[in-house]
Amino acid sequence: MRFIDPHIHMTSRTTDDYAAMQKAGIVAIIEPAFWLGQPRTELGSFKDYYSSLIGWERFRASQFGIKHYCTIGLNSKEANNEALAEEVMELLPLFICKEGVVGVGEIGYDDQTAAEDKYYRLQLDLAKEANLPVQIHTPHRDKKAGTIRSMEVALEHKLNPHMVIVDHNNEETVRDVLERGFWAAFTIYPNTKMGNERMVEIVKQYGSERIIVNSAADWGISDPLAVPKTASLMLEQGISIDDIHKVCYQNALDSFGQSGQMKESDWMDNTSIDQSQKLFNNSILRGGQLPTIGEIRTNPIFDSNIIR
Amino acid sequence: MYSNILPTTIAFLEQLFNRQATPEAAKWLKEKKDLVKSSETGKELYLPFSAAPRYVGKSTLSLTQKELEQANQLRKGFTPRHWTTDQLARTILLLSLPHENADNYSKTILKLFGTADMGELVALYAALPLLPHPEKFVAQATEGIRTNMGNVYEAIALNNPYPSENFTEAAWNQMVLKTIFTGKSLQKIYGLDERTNSDLARMLSDYAHERWAAGRTVTPELWRPVGPHINQTIIRDIKKLFASQNETEHEAAALACAQSGYPEAQALLNQHPLLKLKISEGQLNWSHISQKAITA
Repeated sequence: MRFIDPHIHMTSRTTDDYAAMQKAGIVAIIEPAFWLGQPRTELGSFKDYYSSLIGWERFRASQFGIKHYCTIGLNSKEANNEALAEEVMELLPLFICKEGVVGVGEIGYDDQTAAEDKYYRLQLDLAKEANLPVQIHTPHRDKKAGTIRSMEVALEHKLNPHMVIVDHNNEETVRDVLERGFWAAFTIYPNTKMGNERMVEIVKQYGSERIIVNSAADWGISDPLAVPKTASLMLEQGISIDDIHKVCYQNALDSFGQSGQMKESDWMDNTSIDQSQKLFNNSILRGGQLPTIGEIRTNPIFDSNIIR
Repeated sequence: MYSNILPTTIAFLEQLFNRQATPEAAKWLKEKKDLVKSSETGKELYLPFSAAPRYVGKSTLSLTQKELEQANQLRKGFTPRHWTTDQLARTILLLSLPHENADNYSKTILKLFGTADMGELVALYAALPLLPHPEKFVAQATEGIRTNMGNVYEAIALNNPYPSENFTEAAWNQMVLKTIFTGKSLQKIYGLDERTNSDLARMLSDYAHERWAAGRTVTPELWRPVGPHINQTIIRDIKKLFASQNETEHEAAALACAQSGYPEAQALLNQHPLLKLKISEGQLNWSHISQKAITA
C-alpha cells in the first residue's frame, strides 16, 4: 500500500527516518513551512529556510525514493513579530509559485492576536491570487473557536472551502469543518494532538470523505511513521481498504494536487534512486558509505502500530 | 547599452514563444507582461516570474537555422538554441521591467537571483546578455560560476556572450578551467580565442602536468587557449603532444603551433607538413578537435 504524509517537517528528521518511511510505503510528503522551535530574528533566516525546502531537503528526500513537496508561508507564532512579518510578506511572492510548492501554509492562529489575524488574512489573499491551496494550522488553545474563526475568515476572503485544508482537527472540531465543505486533516502526534485509535473511531463515524491523516513529525517527540501505522491499525479494526486509501493517500493528493504541482506520475513513473548524485557539491553519503542505486522496495513492518 | 534593441529583442522572443505556446499561455504572458511594464517597485514581476512553468510549460524550443542567425544578428553571441518555453517567458518578463533607474532595476533582478530555484537561475543567467545595465550583474555572474549545479553553470559559461564581455581576467580564467575540469566542451564558450591570456595558458599547462603526473589524460581542446601563448616552458608540452601515440594530440599540437608566433613553435609545425597543409586548407581546425573530444 502507498501512503502520502501531507504534513511532516523533514528538516528536523534524520536519514533513518527517511529510510523507514520509504520502507513503510510512503511515496510522497509535504513539508509545510513552520517555526523552528525558537523565533527567527532576521529576514535572511526565512529566505534560507524557504530555499532549503525547495532545494536541499527535496534532494535529500529524493535520495530515499520519496517525492518531496512543500507549502510556503509565515506561521502564526512568528506573525507576532510585526516588523519582521512585514518583511516576510514581501518575500513570500518570490517563493509561493516555485516548482513543487503545493500551497500556502502552514498559516492561521496561535494566540489569536491582532497581528496573527492581519498576516493570516494577507496570506489568504496571496493564496487566492496565486490560485493555491491553503494549509491551516489550528491553535492548541481555544481550539474549537479558533478553528471556526479560521474558516469564517477564509470564507470572508472568498476562498473556496475545497481549496482549504484545515489541520490538527479532533473530535470536537471535525463536524464543523466537514459541514462547511473544508478538508479536515488530523495529526497523529504522540500524547498531544490525536492518537490513532481515536482516529480509527473518527473514520468509523464520519467516513473517508475529505478526511486526511498526517504525522506533523518535527523536532519534538513525534512519529514519522504515524500515517502507515494508522493505516495498519485501521485495517485491523475493519476499515475498508478503499477508505484507508482515501484518508492516507488519495485525499492528500486530491486536495494539494489542486496546485497543479503534485501528480501521481511524479512518483509512479520512476521508482529508482541514485544516492551517488550530489547537490551543491554535497551528498547524503559520508566517508566510505556505499550508495544505494536501483529499484526500491517497500516492506511495512512496525514495532507497534498504536500511537496514543 | 542594449535598451535601444530591447523592443526588437522582446518581439523576437515573443515570436518564438507564440509559435510554441498554447493560446492560453500566450494570453497569460501578455497580461503579466503588461503588469510588469507598469511596475514601479518590481513586485509585479515576482509572482509571474516564478509561476511561469505552471502556465506556459517547460518544453524545449526547436529553432530553425534562420532563427538562430536572427538571434545572433540581434545580439552578437546570443544563442537560445536549447531554451525552454518557461525560460522564454521569464526572459520576456525580465526585459519588460522598467529600467530607466539602473539601481532600482538591478536591485529587483538581484533579489530574484537571491531567492531563485534551479530553473530560475538558468533563466536569469542565460538572460544576462540581453539585460540592460549589464555592469550591475558582474559580481552575481562571477559568483554563479562557483555553482555545483551543472545546468546553472552551463547557462553562464556556455553559449553566452556575457562572461567574455564582462568578466575580469581572473574570473574568466577560472571559468575556462572549470569548464575543462567538469568535462564540458570549450567549443561553446563564447569569445574563448579573443580572451585568452598568458596566465590562463600557464594555468592550463599546470593543470595538464597535474593530470599527467597522476597518469591521466587531458582533453586536446585544452591547448586551444594555450597556442597563442606558447613560450619556452609551454613548448615542452607541445613537444610531448607531438611525441604521443594519439593522432588527435598531434592535431591539437599543430593547431596550437599555428596560432603561435614563437619561433620554435613555427619550426615544430614545419616538421609536420601534412598537418600544416590541412590547417592552411581549413580541413583541420579546433571544431574538428572538439567534435573528436566529445565523441571520444
